[in-house]
Amino acid sequence: MSDTLAIVLRLLAVFVVFLVFPLVIGQTEHKVMAHMQGRLGPMYAGGFHGWAQLVADGVKFAQKEDIVPAGADRRIFQLAPAVALLPYLLVLVAIPVGPHNAVGQALDAGLFFVLAVMGVGVLGSLMAGWASANKFSLLGGLRTAAQLLAYELPMLLAAASVAMAAGTLSLPGILDAFHWWWVPWQLVGGLVFFTAGLAELQRPPFDMPVADSEIIFGAYTEYTGLRFALFLLAEYAGIVVLAALTSVLFLGGWHGPFGADGLGWLWTLLKTAVLAFGVIWLRVTYPRLREDQLQKLAWTVLIPLALAQIAFTGVVKVLIS
Amino acid sequence: MATYHDPADAPGKQPDAAPDARPAGKPGKKGGFPGSGLAKGLAVTLRTMTKRSVTQQYPDAQPDLAPRTRGVIALFEENCTVCMLCARECPDWCIYIDSHKETMPPAAPGGRERSRNVLDRFAIDFALCMYCGICVEVCPFDALFWSPEFEYAETDILELTHERDRLREWMWTVPEPPALDPAAEEPKEAAAARKAADKLAAQQEAEQERQAEREQRPAGPEEQAGPDQPGQRDVPGEES
Repeated sequence: MSDTLAIVLRLLAVFVVFLVFPLVIGQTEHKVMAHMQGRLGPMYAGGFHGWAQLVADGVKFAQKEDIVPAGADRRIFQLAPAVALLPYLLVLVAIPVGPHNAVGQALDAGLFFVLAVMGVGVLGSLMAGWASANKFSLLGGLRTAAQLLAYELPMLLAAASVAMAAGTLSLPGILDAFHWWWVPWQLVGGLVFFTAGLAELQRPPFDMPVADSEIIFGAYTEYTGLRFALFLLAEYAGIVVLAALTSVLFLGGWHGPFGADGLGWLWTLLKTAVLAFGVIWLRVTYPRLREDQLQKLAWTVLIPLALAQIAFTGVVKVLIS
Repeated sequence: MATYHDPADAPGKQPDAAPDARPAGKPGKKGGFPGSGLAKGLAVTLRTMTKRSVTQQYPDAQPDLAPRTRGVIALFEENCTVCMLCARECPDWCIYIDSHKETMPPAAPGGRERSRNVLDRFAIDFALCMYCGICVEVCPFDALFWSPEFEYAETDILELTHERDRLREWMWTVPEPPALDPAAEEPKEAAAARKAADKLAAQQEAEQERQAEREQRPAGPEEQAGPDQPGQRDVPGEES
């Protein structure tokens, strides 16, 4: 009985995180982006500096009519937002927040599970693009697919480097084996992982699939109301997952200069928040890459760097053992 | 052309070349270190975030408008002589003026009767007005002014034709004319007034000098200037 209760509580906690954190990041993006552009951002909703803006947005989205185009593949079209959003919920289950089993569900092949399921999220965009029966949506969906192919590889290679260093695929296992000097050791891999993750989330400057000046809003062009909101939510949930995963794999998760035992979860959250801020910061700063530049960056820069990181990790690993 | 190509041909031989004479084909490396441009971009956005935002919070705080803001055209109808210049110069004919003539009785008995224009209606259709300000410029009697007032939106386009009472109300919002630049030419009115005052002062000074001269030699000139004496004594008396 207590086992069931523990599982329910854990899943509930993960679910609350999944519902709250993306909104917090979305609100942070509103405000940070505004101030980086010399603006104020939302100021009215909720009274104090527009803290309830995303709640208001949610209410607005819920009120809108849910339209399915006449020529669309109805069932696929309606299913796509869920396929885009749910993988991130599943990934959150496997990400450890603190030591001593502070994780939704510790998996032996956690790293493998996390990366595999994150890849599924992109499938939602592809389904949306194909089912919309609209050439802009189709272009966006195919760009998404091309981007996934190009960036999944450096992401996996960089993650493989960490798995080699730790000698395990389990995320808590990787963190148990972590030492501070892993940060400079895996620095290149971390940069590659983070960049590739950004591209997989289709965040600017890698937002070619939703390039509004070329293809309107890519795969999401035909969506309205709540289903559109789910796609947006998926993007912000993706930021949470990417930032948390990067901090767990490359920045030591719950390890910190002090208080590793009691305040471990705080370190994880802090690193995740800083990385999420970085995601927003990059979005504000850089213009969108062209589609061919996007591919070139993946195949000629990130993949060689990731391979070099793996070789370097292997050499150091042999030297110290 | 030759000087342009030199650095590209021999980049290593010109260590003291101008900073812009860098090898061609590396447009991204201005500062030398690769990625420095990316870092500079990040620094710009971060620096902007730490500064105060420039947003005008208009409905909450009134904007700080310049004195010459072209908000609305105000009418100082006491100055209007119904000369119709504004209405005729208006490029889109948005000024409506109605008037009638009144005959005034002669100022002095036996004189001629004078006729005078009386303003009946002065309206500006701000749905047509393009805020060019030609009417303000062209008015010879200073009856039209720019006011910075801008909150006169209406829900019906017909209500944007504002009549003379509303235009007169806006006259109270017209700011004082801005001060002249330090080295600016004097306004013509002030120059003319000062010229007259200077002339008067010089005249009085000359008068006083003459009087002083006369008092120093009381015997001789007094007899000579006999007929002038009453007039000259009147002048200082009028002043006091």
